[in-house]
Amino acid sequence: MQAMTSEQMGPKIIRSLLVVVITFAALWFGLGFLSDPVAFQGMPPTVSKLIQAAIAIILGVAGIWALFYAGNSIIEALPARATDLLRPYLFVLPAIAVVGLYLIYPTVGTVVTSFTDVPEGEGFFYNYEQAFTSPEVILNLRNNLIWLIIAPAIAVVIGLIFAGMVDRIRLESLAKSFVFMPLAISFVGAAVIWKFVYAWKPEGQEQIGILNAIWVWIGGFLVDWGILAEVEPIAWLQAIPINTFALIAIMVWLQVGFAMVVLSAAIKGVPSELTEAARIDGASERQIFFRITIPSIKGSLLVVYTTIAIAVLKVFDIIFVTTGGNFDTSVVAVRMYQEMFRFRNFGQATTMAVILLVAVIPIMVVNIRNLRRQGIGA
Amino acid sequence: MTVVADTETAAQVETPFKKPRKRRKDGTERAGWLVRLTVLLIVLMWTLPTMGLLINSFRDSVDSSSTGWWTSVLNPFATEWTMGNYATVLTTGGLFDALINSLIVTIPATVIPITLAAFAAYGFAWLRFRGRGLLFGVLVGLLVVPLQLSLVPLLQVYQGTGLTGSFVGIWLAHTGFGLPLAVFILYGFISQLPKDLFESAFIDGASPFTAFTKLVLPLSVPALASFAIFQFLWVWNDFLVALVFLGTSSDVAVLTIELASIVGSRGEAYHLLTAAAFVSMVIPLVVFLALQRYFVRGLLAGSVKG
Repeated sequence: MQAMTSEQMGPKIIRSLLVVVITFAALWFGLGFLSDPVAFQGMPPTVSKLIQAAIAIILGVAGIWALFYAGNSIIEALPARATDLLRPYLFVLPAIAVVGLYLIYPTVGTVVTSFTDVPEGEGFFYNYEQAFTSPEVILNLRNNLIWLIIAPAIAVVIGLIFAGMVDRIRLESLAKSFVFMPLAISFVGAAVIWKFVYAWKPEGQEQIGILNAIWVWIGGFLVDWGILAEVEPIAWLQAIPINTFALIAIMVWLQVGFAMVVLSAAIKGVPSELTEAARIDGASERQIFFRITIPSIKGSLLVVYTTIAIAVLKVFDIIFVTTGGNFDTSVVAVRMYQEMFRFRNFGQATTMAVILLVAVIPIMVVNIRNLRRQGIGA
Repeated sequence: MTVVADTETAAQVETPFKKPRKRRKDGTERAGWLVRLTVLLIVLMWTLPTMGLLINSFRDSVDSSSTGWWTSVLNPFATEWTMGNYATVLTTGGLFDALINSLIVTIPATVIPITLAAFAAYGFAWLRFRGRGLLFGVLVGLLVVPLQLSLVPLLQVYQGTGLTGSFVGIWLAHTGFGLPLAVFILYGFISQLPKDLFESAFIDGASPFTAFTKLVLPLSVPALASFAIFQFLWVWNDFLVALVFLGTSSDVAVLTIELASIVGSRGEAYHLLTAAAFVSMVIPLVVFLALQRYFVRGLLAGSVKG
């Protein structure tokens, strides 16, 4: 294979070029066909939709493989030395090119835009001055901070308590699956689920949201006992400041499963010699949990905490779908979207993105360093 | 004080959902009522919201707007259960199209990054070339970048090239955002494959390309599966990327977009909203339940997605 004479090389190059041409032609026509409005006329809409779906999926999946195959056939048709030199790049350059276009170029562009997209005659820091003197941005940052302080901590604590307790219960894996399940649900789906939990009806009507139903029911007793003067259903998503906490609860609900799974695996990894020895020495289960288990899983606790913290800093969907950022619930990521699409203010939008980046990087560095130390993934 | 009669050691666990350890070995305190009660309470809090949604999606519009879903659970025979909400949301409005669009987006947006990442991971792990360390460092280092950083400049590029609202555009966007994690996970696995394997393959005259397709890919199925599930759920459940690059027009809108727009337009029609929400959740839930084991593994490795 490696030693190729010049007579053999000619036809091989032609063949490989042919492969490339056919690949590109197929992709080109396929995609053109898909976006052709006339091609699917006259079919029932459902049928045409399904046919389009099939073509699109086949194109996307087969296309990427065809491109690699075509690239390889060109490279193998070259003289042996060139083949050896170029081949590694066939493997790694496509990935590098994609992240170059989708992550490196835009990140640099975002940072640059945040300094240069300013009104005539203003300095580089105009957007940042605007941001940090705007009461709305300050409010968004405050909300981000509230989220960051509360959500990861509560999720980790509940996840830890549950992981520690469920370890000693018979229906362990079933109980875990229930808590884990929200991880498969989208933020938008979770927002709908909780909008329904928080549903509000005026006083006197029957409550259809379970939280208000419970609240009114318990409140009724409190009124009877003279603890409360009266009880009104609460509009959880509109009432300031309780609405921010109601939204944070959705995030916690989504993230506890992740915390529980990682921590549960870590707890089971604690050497049983340690806990057995403590038990022989007369330690109670609670003492074992706090004095042995928790110190042994510090690394995992850190991973879980930082991971949830990053997700929390970037929170967008939950707020966007439930309150749209109204009623004082907006955060930096929601504001960024609004600057981008509602106000077309790319200078402010990129500034919000840079603020997010600056907030995320330190947490991320801790996270990756810690993962490396644990040898997970790498 | 507890007496330990038997000190069998706990086997290492592969996933948290299997229990290799014998339960209730002698000497371990039985879970007390407080522990049981707490676990039960947490399980209830984590299931009731979804249960309520599911139950309500089978109730008619009158019931669902006037009484709580639990009243139907308490009086199952007095309630008129209906599939009508599902029929309505799937035949009127764009939910069915959105379901198909979600498939069109998600399947290639899962396969393409896996393919690119597997090639790259193999190249970084087993081929020698100039700039290897630097390129690998850059690629994995991009894990720290939140995707918000990409939105504005990419949107400008997309609007300039007409890629906004196209499936190719969103496949590539999800590919770009998912690649660092994919390479990170797959490199970890592929670099650990035994060296002799490749040597004997090369002696037999296989090219690196053949070695990759015939050896590396089949052997890497567990790692590929872990990332595939992770990426599948991520893309399926994504809202922001679809909103920015694909948009809300009905011929391309995915389920999350459609669901959010139903919240906006018919937010009080709980019988339809709950049915639509459940339609959007069915496929990820099935994928999740069927492949939970791989998902957990991917989750442990993939907890750093930026």
